[in-house]
Amino acid sequence: MSRPPAPHDPRAAGLPDGEALLSVRHLDTTFHTPRGPLHAVRDVSFDVRPGEVLGIVGESGSGKSVTLRSILRLLKPPTEITGEVRWKGLDLLTASRRRMLEVTGAEISVIFQEPMTALNPVLTVGEQILESLRAHEGLRGAAARDRATELLDLVGIPSPRERLGAYPHEFSGGMRQRAMIAIALASTPQLLLADEPTTALDVTIQDQILKLLLRLREQLGMSVILVTHDLGVVAQTCDRVAVMYAGRLVETAPVRAVFREPKHAYTLGLRLSLPSGGAHRQPLQPIPGAPPDLQDLPPGCPFAPRCSYVTDACRAEEPRRQPVAPQHTSACIHSDRLPAFEEVGS
Amino acid sequence: MSARSPRTSAGSAGTDGLAFEVDGLVKTFPVERTLFERLRREEARAVHALNGVALRVERGETLGIVGESGCGKSTLARCLVRLHEPDTGTIRYHGIDVRSLRGDALRQYHRKVQMIFQDPYSSLNPRMSVGQILREALTVHAMRPPKAVFARQSELLDLVGLPVDSLERMPHEFSGGQRQRIGIARALALEPETLVADELVSALDVSVQAQVINLLLELQSRLHLTVLFVAHDLRLVRHISHRVAVMYLGRVVEVGATEALFKDPRHPYTRALLSAAPSLDPERKTESEAVKGELPSPMRIPPGCPFHPRCPVAMERCRSEVPALLPRADGRVHACHLEEPQPTEDARAA
Amino acid sequence: MASEVAATGATRRRARARIARPKPTLLLGLTIVVAMLLMALLPHIVAPYDPSKFDYDAILQAPSAAHWFGTDNFGRDVFSRVVYGARVDLQIALFTTLFPFLFGTLMGALTGYVGRWLDGIFGRIVDVVMVFPFLILVIAIVAMLGPGLRNMYLAVSIVGWVYYARLVRGETIVQKQSEYVQAARVMGYSPARIVFRHIFPNAVTPAIVYWMTDMSLGILLGASLGYLGLGAQPPTAEWGVMVADGKNFMVTAPWISTFPGLVLTLAGVGFSLVGDGMADLLRPKS
Repeated sequence: MSRPPAPHDPRAAGLPDGEALLSVRHLDTTFHTPRGPLHAVRDVSFDVRPGEVLGIVGESGSGKSVTLRSILRLLKPPTEITGEVRWKGLDLLTASRRRMLEVTGAEISVIFQEPMTALNPVLTVGEQILESLRAHEGLRGAAARDRATELLDLVGIPSPRERLGAYPHEFSGGMRQRAMIAIALASTPQLLLADEPTTALDVTIQDQILKLLLRLREQLGMSVILVTHDLGVVAQTCDRVAVMYAGRLVETAPVRAVFREPKHAYTLGLRLSLPSGGAHRQPLQPIPGAPPDLQDLPPGCPFAPRCSYVTDACRAEEPRRQPVAPQHTSACIHSDRLPAFEEVGS
Repeated sequence: MSARSPRTSAGSAGTDGLAFEVDGLVKTFPVERTLFERLRREEARAVHALNGVALRVERGETLGIVGESGCGKSTLARCLVRLHEPDTGTIRYHGIDVRSLRGDALRQYHRKVQMIFQDPYSSLNPRMSVGQILREALTVHAMRPPKAVFARQSELLDLVGLPVDSLERMPHEFSGGQRQRIGIARALALEPETLVADELVSALDVSVQAQVINLLLELQSRLHLTVLFVAHDLRLVRHISHRVAVMYLGRVVEVGATEALFKDPRHPYTRALLSAAPSLDPERKTESEAVKGELPSPMRIPPGCPFHPRCPVAMERCRSEVPALLPRADGRVHACHLEEPQPTEDARAA
Repeated sequence: MASEVAATGATRRRARARIARPKPTLLLGLTIVVAMLLMALLPHIVAPYDPSKFDYDAILQAPSAAHWFGTDNFGRDVFSRVVYGARVDLQIALFTTLFPFLFGTLMGALTGYVGRWLDGIFGRIVDVVMVFPFLILVIAIVAMLGPGLRNMYLAVSIVGWVYYARLVRGETIVQKQSEYVQAARVMGYSPARIVFRHIFPNAVTPAIVYWMTDMSLGILLGASLGYLGLGAQPPTAEWGVMVADGKNFMVTAPWISTFPGLVLTLAGVGFSLVGDGMADLLRPKS
């Protein structure tokens, strides 16, 4: 079901011709399961500009985590990934594994949801930072240890020099996440991919980590792709938002626009289903039904079975994403019928 | 304990008596010492889940209980339904001493107070069909004569919005949201007065959460239920609760009418918690962190006020003296040394 | 709500599809086991000759049309002996595993649920038994009691139940923590109901699966002991004994040992595959 890659069209990403650090075009990821092919990511295209925080938001089965992993080719075979992922001109998907690892190790870093499984439990945090410093910055010995200490301090870990010798399990959840960020920063990346980095954390700790990421973005001029299901996190940290549903990118827009004037029925539905200072104890406005099974998708728009704006046209053909406003794209053919969202407090 | 005391001011639903009255609840889970620890004569560690919890739940209201890891809200919920036995303290349900119930009296209590669990994937026996699950509840407690069981099963399914043919199906054939509905139907089979919902929708997709919350609201009004809503999602709690209790490291630090608490939190921890919760408005961003420092482990609770290491306004007194949960001059109730308590002979907690 | 119902309709179709398509290896395993059962139940139909009939005119004959597996040093038809041996070996498979399965499962469930002091006692027993390699312990007990199938069953039962108990105990403890068991407690169900209606059906499945594979181990054990002279005694046709009997003729008449050996292996494989397939089927779907 893969389409031949279209020529590079900046309008498809909703951007005017500009410098994009990362340029994803028509990314398509298919898993081969005993039940048949599973198109986890379908025709996803977006750009990430220098210094911007792009949020990829979606529920389970939306394909947001798979997208992230596809960019770095972190998926095991049998997995088919097609499309283009251009990092400063180099297509990461077709580059040799060695070249890709050189680039991604040095310039792109990843942090995951569960630090306990993402960090090597038998190495101290210091050793894991030093590993990265050795490989990507060429630092050794005292210079490396100094830099590692600096990094731990940068992410807000107290007594950083002593903590270099600590193992991951000796840190608390929030501290472990900070340690993971420190390791990720060791290579001074230009792009940080964060896969649900705060989902497993308590609210007050989540707040600390998100503020830390924003501070680092300022200080280091880093771009961030933040994958999450939490609209609150998106509102507070992202500059631009990409909304995913059933493996497709259904809307991209600056963060204010996504919350004020969503242009896809799913985004609107999602926003409306959250309690937001409306009448106390009145029924919420849920989206009926449940997220679809990717191996049993109906024809046409994947959101059609649950959509209150659906028409026959929606079910006939899967809509393509189009620009609907400046910097704003949507794959909803009824985007003009959607009401703007009234500001009713948090 | 009159219903017209300040703590039941605007925002609470029930004026016809207390459902729960909890006082001084303490629950500690011992941690097995390793051989080395025993040899080195190190003190046994324990998880101090509840450290003197005091709480009142009015009949017919929805009380939200919020807090982060280690605050003890789930342990509290489980103590209320007798899944855990507290070490000390009292739990009274409509005046009855819950902790002393045994045998038949305990079974009667279970009929009145039911629990709905968090994980839709493990809270239903994977080898029992929906019909069997409901039938068991109805027959063990003799809720209906055998001939009327099927009709009641259908009624229950209808109550939670599931089709009748669900009876023959196994839990794995349903989605997460539907499984939660089945769990609710199971609880309702006993026709309880009170539901304790421990993270009812946390494991569900966002777009499905609203469905189940609406169901809860509808059921509560139809069946006149009292609901204890234990959750970490502040937005949801704010939306459906009449009153909210905030817990930290095994204690209730603040409790009050929802809007008053959210608009004007008094306890420094409540302020931090509310400020940390990300707002849905991109225009409203907080610049600095809501609170510094890590969440202490419930195995090593700081002395005095448990929040003092992280509290921006901590005083000397806070390091040594545990603040009591007390009503203040304007009726607000919280546990902090900052404000003087309301001068009254009835200094018991809300 | 229609969309919700539609969703479950689709799930139901898929659930049915999953059950209707068992693994091909399970079918293979079942075929083998059923064939063995036929040999065991109706040997007189399957076997052309009397297994104990000596025929001095047909000693040590190679496999031929008259004797598919050849004959041994007494002129007995090897094929017929293999067929009659199935009865003995399947009995061995059953009797070496049935008691351990039943007793072990019960003990495991009780220990897992009650815990505390019972668990302490149980733990010590397990420690003692597990210190010794299984085979050594069984052989030692049989050596004390004297050779023969009955004593072998006794020996295996004394030792074998511990493995099942451990398995079921672990699973019981896991199930005890699960939310549906907590729900059953909050529903006010009696401990008996919780153990037998809720925990047990979920905790016993690993034991059932292990039982299937244990049967294949049981056959091999019986054959090993038979080979050592501690199990079935000659002239009983038992595969292990037959392999032992034929070892002196490995160069001149290899078919005497080889065919029983092959059938032995096949039986083991058959039960293993069935065990595997059952593991798949019994696994609770999610």
